[in-house]
Amino acid sequence: MRYAMAVDTRKCVGCSDCVVACQTENNVPIGYCRDWVVEVTDGTYPQLEMEIRSERCNHCANAPCVRCCPTGASHIVEGGIVLVDSTQCIGCGACIASCPYDARFPHPKGYVDKCTFCEHRIKNGMSPSCVEVCPTKCLYFGDLDDPSSNASVVLKKRKYKTLIPEAGTDPQLYFLI
Amino acid sequence: MKEEIIVSGRMNPMVDPNLQIWHWQIPLYLFLGGMAAGILCIAAVYFIRGRENDYRTAVRLTPFLAPVLLVLGLLALFFDLRHKLYFWQLYTNIRLQSPMSWGAWTLMVITPVSFIWCALHMQDLFPNWDWKYKWLKALESFFNKYKKTLAWIMLIYGIILGIYTGILLSAFNARPLWNTSILGPLFLASGISAGAAATLLLSKNIEERRQFARIDLIMIGIELFLIVHMFMGFLASTQVQIDAVRMFLGGQYTASFWVFVIFLGLLIPALLEIMELKKYHIPAIIPAVMVLFGSLMLRFIIVYAGQMSRWLY
Amino acid sequence: MANRREFIKISLYGAGFLAAGTGTYKVIKALSKREKEEITKLAIDLKRTPTYCEVCFWKCAGWVYKTPEGKIWKITGNDEDQHCNGRFCPRGTGGIGMYYDEDRLKTPLIRTEERGKQVFREATWDEALDHIASKIKEISSKYGPESLALFTHGSGSAYFTSLFKAIGTDSIAEPSYAQCRGPRDEAFFATFGEEAYSPEITDIRDTKCLVLIGSHIGENMHNGQVQEMSDAIDKGTTIITVDPRFSTAAGKSKYWLPIKPATDMALLLAWIHEIIYNEYFDKKYVEKYCTGFDQLKAHVKDFTPEWAYGITTIKPDLIRKTAKEMADASPAVLVHPGRHVTWYGDDTQRVRAIAILNALLGSWGRRGGFYRPARFTPASPEIPAYKVPSKSWTDLFPGKFPVATSPISNALIDASIPENNPGFPIKGWFINGTNLIQTIPDQGKTLKAIQNLDLLVAVDTMPMEITGWADVILPECTYLERYDAMRASPHRKPALALRMPAAETAYNTKPDYWIARELAVKLGLGSYFPFEKQEELLDWQLKKIGSSLEEMQRVGVKNFDREYDDLYIADDEDVTIFTDSGKIELYSAYFKQNGFDPLPKYIPHEEPSEGYYRLIYGRAPMHTFSRTSNNPNLTDLMDENTVWINPKVAKEWGITNNQLIWLKNQDEVISQFPIKARVTERIRWDSVYMVHGFGHAQKQMKRCFGKGASDTQLITKVLEDPIMGGTGMRGNFVTFILEKTETEVAS
Ligand SMILES: Nc1nc2c(c(=O)[nH]1)N[C@H]1C(S)=C(S)[C@@H](COP(=O)(O)OP(=O)(O)OC[C@H]3O[C@@H](n4cnc5c(=O)[nH]c(N)nc54)[C@H](O)[C@@H]3O)O[C@H]1N2
Ligand SMILES: Nc1nc2c(c(=O)[nH]1)N[C@H]1C(S)=C(S)[C@@H](COP(=O)(O)OP(=O)(O)OC[C@H]3O[C@@H](n4cnc5c(=O)[nH]c(N)nc54)[C@H](O)[C@@H]3O)O[C@H]1N2
Ligand code: SF4
Ligand code: SF4
Ligand code: SF4
Ligand code: SF4
Ligand code: SF4
Ligand SMILES: [Mo]
Repeated sequence: MRYAMAVDTRKCVGCSDCVVACQTENNVPIGYCRDWVVEVTDGTYPQLEMEIRSERCNHCANAPCVRCCPTGASHIVEGGIVLVDSTQCIGCGACIASCPYDARFPHPKGYVDKCTFCEHRIKNGMSPSCVEVCPTKCLYFGDLDDPSSNASVVLKKRKYKTLIPEAGTDPQLYFLI
Repeated sequence: MKEEIIVSGRMNPMVDPNLQIWHWQIPLYLFLGGMAAGILCIAAVYFIRGRENDYRTAVRLTPFLAPVLLVLGLLALFFDLRHKLYFWQLYTNIRLQSPMSWGAWTLMVITPVSFIWCALHMQDLFPNWDWKYKWLKALESFFNKYKKTLAWIMLIYGIILGIYTGILLSAFNARPLWNTSILGPLFLASGISAGAAATLLLSKNIEERRQFARIDLIMIGIELFLIVHMFMGFLASTQVQIDAVRMFLGGQYTASFWVFVIFLGLLIPALLEIMELKKYHIPAIIPAVMVLFGSLMLRFIIVYAGQMSRWLY
Repeated sequence: MANRREFIKISLYGAGFLAAGTGTYKVIKALSKREKEEITKLAIDLKRTPTYCEVCFWKCAGWVYKTPEGKIWKITGNDEDQHCNGRFCPRGTGGIGMYYDEDRLKTPLIRTEERGKQVFREATWDEALDHIASKIKEISSKYGPESLALFTHGSGSAYFTSLFKAIGTDSIAEPSYAQCRGPRDEAFFATFGEEAYSPEITDIRDTKCLVLIGSHIGENMHNGQVQEMSDAIDKGTTIITVDPRFSTAAGKSKYWLPIKPATDMALLLAWIHEIIYNEYFDKKYVEKYCTGFDQLKAHVKDFTPEWAYGITTIKPDLIRKTAKEMADASPAVLVHPGRHVTWYGDDTQRVRAIAILNALLGSWGRRGGFYRPARFTPASPEIPAYKVPSKSWTDLFPGKFPVATSPISNALIDASIPENNPGFPIKGWFINGTNLIQTIPDQGKTLKAIQNLDLLVAVDTMPMEITGWADVILPECTYLERYDAMRASPHRKPALALRMPAAETAYNTKPDYWIARELAVKLGLGSYFPFEKQEELLDWQLKKIGSSLEEMQRVGVKNFDREYDDLYIADDEDVTIFTDSGKIELYSAYFKQNGFDPLPKYIPHEEPSEGYYRLIYGRAPMHTFSRTSNNPNLTDLMDENTVWINPKVAKEWGITNNQLIWLKNQDEVISQFPIKARVTERIRWDSVYMVHGFGHAQKQMKRCFGKGASDTQLITKVLEDPIMGGTGMRGNFVTFILEKTETEVAS
């Protein structure tokens, strides 16, 4: 099993619903976030292009954050989901420094927090909160080993890229372009 | 014009708008650890080579600083942790790929070793010292018997600790400035230099002082070589690393790096030490303090600047 | 078992509520299918209550979930709801912050010093309502009940409107008319005999070509439209966006026409010209349903793309190409009517041109164009008939705005100023759910009107600017704490949606129904509110259709089948068109009768002078006007607005990104607060852009006070639409002040 998410940058409008839905679903304290939205505009008026991306932890297959964690709090579970066990995390920040995407943050309670791919929901057959709420339906989630999953289907159909592939983390968040 | 903005007010404190997860504690920890490593390595080397009596300060006295430095360093590390009550988790896990874990375990070994080393030299510090209890005396003689082994352990772990203070950072390839294997040897050299400076400060023996000024000079030479090498490496590398090193070549860390690390921390003390070797009278305290200061600043600047450097995407 | 249930309950709240860890995951995985179903059922039975969202006027229906401790956990969409299809927009998702905002109004307040000085004392509801009732009686007997005006917006309107009709006035205005979609509605009435409704009957889902004239869908976060536009993108629909700003929608469009602001009419006329003279129009449709084609054809004869190029700066071939795209998609083409259309004072005519374009392309009543809405109207209880007021809002300024079909908020304000010689004076304002200070342009006039009032009541949830001017402030509880009238908006299928309290009423606040009814009782008009409690009224209404309040509490939304299969006009079907002529009026005889151009004309608008830039404004997807600017969840996403400046302009001025500057308009009004510059290619060099709703001056709102600048403050010049009274707001020009000098601070 290999969970992944695909983000359609052509449909995303940057509304940030994914951000606020994640915050409420996962009780992320105000002032923090597990996902965020980036807008890139390129060109000179009126020759312009825009790309909007909803970003979060890439659940890297080769995750530096897991490697550098001294306690094993950062770990990988079935489906390649990278998680932090808050009762094992000492809050040393090594994983935060190691993530090229800045996807992690220190939770005010002390441990490090990040996107969980809403593991508590997907285990119950639901999709992640951000995916479920997105008004443009531009987030696709699923198991890449299952060719019929939403993510597999759309990745087969469309061109895509990942972020900083040269960092060698093998990210599992795909951006449809 | 290319404009890249974060639309939703992503403001994860200590992560945005740039990484600030590590403050004064980590560079201080790296400095203290590095200096302790330097002190212990020097002591171990001279002891193993049987030069204990030539360099009494370095082998017998300066090492008393090591446990203090290590404990302070550990305290700094502890203060940096945000989930302090779970500190013990460091010692229920061994994670070979994690430099942080490595460091924790290295400290776990070398701190007691440094204490033992000091214990063996208590009488140098306090001539009337007496271990009072029988079992303590027994222990002392046990360690005295295996002092050479102890010195070897101290040397090996000292080197590991010294390199580790650099590897800790260079393992993070997410931060282009840290992403170089030169940081390990650089920090080791800087640690030994700091260790030598400590003996320079404490020693009353002119010959010993001259010897340590020489060691210091060699280390400063190595450091300068490594720094130049590192910069050239960065400049010949990817855009992100070029951007990273530009922080020191015109960017926001230029002044602090060149003034505090290169001039005040390396070149001037080197000059003073050369003068001293040429028998000019220079109070040893001046170059020694400058070296220590430079070594501390090196860590601070590398840690802070490294957190500013990031991948572009 | 009890423990297990407890565990299941807790595990529902996910990682955030437990310490996140693998432990949970293993246990959950071990659950059997039956147990999983039990979890889901438990979640539904115990924890969720239906609502429809009040963060904007799209009114999506959804569910409010609570934690075992009774805290509101999250709000999600109702899958059955046509407005949202199970997905809320960011504002709806963050609506939770409307409840938890600690700066909310907490108890009724009565002003103790002169108006404008914000000195209030706390009062009981009884006291406050008695005070209002006696003032209402006083004004009624002194000036007549029609001298009382109700300004209202949002779902509470239903009951306050009843109350004021019962009192005997029809001066009941919503800002959604003269500040928003009034021109569109009148233009569509004149052309098609019907309005474009809310939610709009735009069939974006099935369109092959979507034309957006300034509608910035995606930033304008009206949920259903955003969703359908996204589906359209998926299907490869051609999108044509006309906007002087590189809007989000423009970024997703096949064609972006970066028009010079205020010149859209020329483009529309050129498109009409192209479509007629190339015979692109839907001939059968035009022949069967439309009237006035020949006059139109003659009228647009000279409006060639070359002519429009000189005005709009849009290249002729681009105008031709886009006209052809529309024609190719016809009739599944939708030239969107827009919503906030009060721009330049000729707005009714501009939207008329849009309506005409749609008519020519045959999209009205057709799949992929405008569908035909259906609505379910709940039964009304027996109440005494409302007295027809002896004087009506139309008598305020006789002869003005003859085509207006709704009371005009700004006309009511004008009528509150004696020097304007209104037909009768307006002496009392009852304001519910609208922040007139930030909503109505020309703040100076609004404040002057306020000084002439005998009574100003504000019903609100937040200490917004308008409440600072009130004599009595009535704190309403938020939509998450109350029942409301059922939502019965038109849509593809008729539907009802219920809102019920999800959380305990916080503080000493009350729902709109209760406030309206209490006041009615105090005024001796209790018979207009025969049910003491709103739930009784709802249950009564629902029982009439074989449902019940209990059922609606369970399902939240009830969709009904359409009575007839008439979502679209069938081929060659004879349909009734509700204009005077019974035809779609390309040439409006009705406008002609009333002294207006029967066919839209291009009139040039004033342009910015040297060093000034046109102030244009719009929406940010995560905020609704000024109502959300203090919402803790939404300010977390965006806590201030910025002023967008083209890099060329910024360079000229030496303005850098994020620099704090002040804006000064043509009337020397300087923004009260500084605003950050956003230097961006996304805006034309002759304009600046900002998001409406920021720059609050009300200190009680701690999170948003002084954050960003208020566009309304800078809109002192109003381009009034002579046809229906709309307040065109985009004829204002601003320049930059990089440093505020003493005198400027004083002004
Ligand atoms: N400058 C400028 N002016 C504009 C616009 C613009 O873009 N720029 N847009 C125009 C348009 S399109 C429109 S539709 C209007 C909208 O104008 P308004 O409807 O006035 O918009 P809001 O600023 O959201 O003000 C709503 C008020 O209702 C209060 N409120 C929120 N929820 C409740 C509730 O449950 N009960 C009660 N009683 N009160 C509540 C809020 O606190 C706030 O004071 O503004 C128009 N005015
Ligand atoms: N997130 C969010 N969504 C909302 C609301 C909200 O408050 N927040 N409010 C809702 C309401 S009530 C309304 S009425 C709608 C309003 O939403 P729309 O009807 O889409 O709003 P407009 O104000 O017409 O559009 C603003 C756009 O017009 C462009 N513009 C400015 N001048 C010109 C011009 O001269 N010509 C052309 N072609 N374009 C121009 C601006 O650049 C901007 O992109 O939004 C609704 N949706
Ligand atoms: S909710 Fe969807 S459309 Fe909105 S920002 Fe997130 S991914 Fe983009
Ligand atoms: S994105 Fe960052 S936090 Fe997530 S798995 Fe990759 S390295 Fe770890
Ligand atoms: S902060 Fe926690 S999860 Fe991150 S590396 Fe340290 S212990 Fe591991
Ligand atoms: S998958 Fe879940 S945790 Fe991750 S960003 Fe989406 S909502 Fe947040
Ligand atoms: S569009 Fe958004 S804010 Fe408006 S009613 Fe729907 S969910 Fe609420
Ligand atoms: Mo509106």
